Amino acid sequence: MFELTGRTALVTGASGGIGGAIARALHAQGATVALSGTRKEALEAMAAELGGERVHVVVANLSDPASVEQLAKDAEAALGSLDILVNNAGLTRDGLVLRMKDEDWQSVLDVNLTAAFRLCRAAVKGMMKRRFGRIVNITSIVGVTGNPGQVNYAASKAGMIGMSKSLAQEVASRGITVNCVAPGFITSAMTDALNDEQKARLLAGIPAGRMGDVREIAAAVTYLASDEAAYVTGQTLHVNGGMAMI
Amino acid sequence: MSDVAERVKKIVVEHLGVEEAKVTENASFIDDLGADSLDTVELVMAFEEEFGCEIPDDAAEKILTVKDAIDFIESHQS
Repeated sequence: MFELTGRTALVTGASGGIGGAIARALHAQGATVALSGTRKEALEAMAAELGGERVHVVVANLSDPASVEQLAKDAEAALGSLDILVNNAGLTRDGLVLRMKDEDWQSVLDVNLTAAFRLCRAAVKGMMKRRFGRIVNITSIVGVTGNPGQVNYAASKAGMIGMSKSLAQEVASRGITVNCVAPGFITSAMTDALNDEQKARLLAGIPAGRMGDVREIAAAVTYLASDEAAYVTGQTLHVNGGMAMI
Repeated sequence: MSDVAERVKKIVVEHLGVEEAKVTENASFIDDLGADSLDTVELVMAFEEEFGCEIPDDAAEKILTVKDAIDFIESHQS
């Protein structure tokens, strides 16, 4: 099950914890993977770790519209065609709304939402022709629940869910599915920075009693990217240890 | 019938799965041939590929019938 041999995938933000785990998981299932990110060295190290087979590195800066267009072209050129698009790249610029600068708002929307839109638009064209496609957008629990200090991030992630539902309806008849995966608290460099008290408070709100592992997000993405998930579209799969049940 | 007209009709028949006899020059993709809005976008993509031309969005919106497509392509062929 969830065999991806012969499929091609582009994963943005592949040098990060969750993105890296997603790329590894898709690759392990047999897919040819294009790793995208801003840190070339980290991407190349991962490509080497994956054995250099069925793996490509495509550097891109998603805050630059021209770079996003170029990424879509580079990925298709490297992969031949694009079957699976995983919009995982994202950034945070947290702050209370009264202190939030316009550029903090805009930069988060640009990378998290607008770049994802542009990549969806570019990818859908080829997917429609081939009558097959899987788009998985990595959103966040805070896109549904909200979170103080993250008006920009939460808006971008909620926007991603609305975009995915609309696109899913547009292309469902062409064998293309569009879904979201919404991680809760996942062990990462970001959560490592929390102190023990913050962690304890956080864990009190998670019925599973622990943070998630990046591989648990990757598993959800692998499922949605598979042939077996053909009848699942426009959905948001929450992977959060029960922290919010929607 | 011109070569362009023949190729356009062939694409329409293949793409929309309609009978060739129905694909007259004045047939509207949506009203007469059962296309939805996504089909019309795909048809334009197919025309671009077949004729190696680019059909800008504002022109694509005006291609509503078989004749519209033939006229656009014939007037934009070098």
